[in-house]
Amino acid sequence: MTRATRLALFAVAAAGLAVLLGAAFADLPSFGAARHPYRDAAVTSAIAHHTANVVSSVNFDTRAIDTLGEEVILLASVVGVATLLRRAEGEHQRRGASGGRVLELTKFAGYQMLGVTLLIGFDVVAHGHVTPGGGFQGGVVLATGFHLLYVAGRYGALERLRPLPAFELGEAAGATGFAGLGLAGLAVLGGYLANLWPGGSFGQLLSAGTVPLLNIAVGIEVASGVVVLLAKFLEQAIAITDGGVE
Amino acid sequence: MTSATIVAALTIVALSGTATVLTGSPSRQAVALGGFGIVLTVLFVVLQAPDVALSQLAVGTAVVPLMVLLAIRKARNIR
Repeated sequence: MTRATRLALFAVAAAGLAVLLGAAFADLPSFGAARHPYRDAAVTSAIAHHTANVVSSVNFDTRAIDTLGEEVILLASVVGVATLLRRAEGEHQRRGASGGRVLELTKFAGYQMLGVTLLIGFDVVAHGHVTPGGGFQGGVVLATGFHLLYVAGRYGALERLRPLPAFELGEAAGATGFAGLGLAGLAVLGGYLANLWPGGSFGQLLSAGTVPLLNIAVGIEVASGVVVLLAKFLEQAIAITDGGVE
Repeated sequence: MTSATIVAALTIVALSGTATVLTGSPSRQAVALGGFGIVLTVLFVVLQAPDVALSQLAVGTAVVPLMVLLAIRKARNIR
């Protein structure tokens, strides 16, 4: 294909995309207006399934299949990073590597925040169907929480706190749990990821059916995935040298 | 939220984003990116999207700057 043909093809495609996007944007409800058909549909379906957090209802009930796709993307990215950042030939693992000199105040703050952050992470995962948040947000909070130990200058302690094989397993288990809950919906209700028991008292911990269970599965997967991801980066930056001068 | 609040939040996002792009050194840029993440979080709260704000806060201000800083450290070690 010559350059001119490629440009002509691009121009046709871009013009088509511009027309379609223009038509779609023109049909959107105006910003901040009272009329909003998608909101009405989402809120109705969330209330029907006793899910107080409408965003979670969309993510883990009506459009749970999209979330499954996102989880698989995250899984694939972490596997990709782990493959790229593995120890190559000629690289050496340094023992007893430390994070350098750390201020006493930073250490103190790191230890103080560790427990609080992990608690907030669990809370955000567990209440994703009731209040803002959910498996993804809580999972990232949990994963970053562990790394406060690194901020506090204890890379060794961080390595002991998070045995990597367990987190690699956790990532796979979270993704499998999500897909498995989907299969359960298919077996019982005839729809993949269909909500198995959309009952409970609205706004309470035990409500929204499979939404909190899917949140927990995502929480395990995201927390484990981000821990593995950051572990690979930390290992490369701190513990692996390329065999030259240290 | 009033439209004045939304305009103010959008303006700060535009300024902070420009500042992040114009920051020269990559390690300073990682810190600027973290600040930009916080500003974006404020915008999402103003637009009444607390779920997105939480994701932005966790990923944009903690995980991404940390990954950038670690990558810079590794690149310096190789050089």
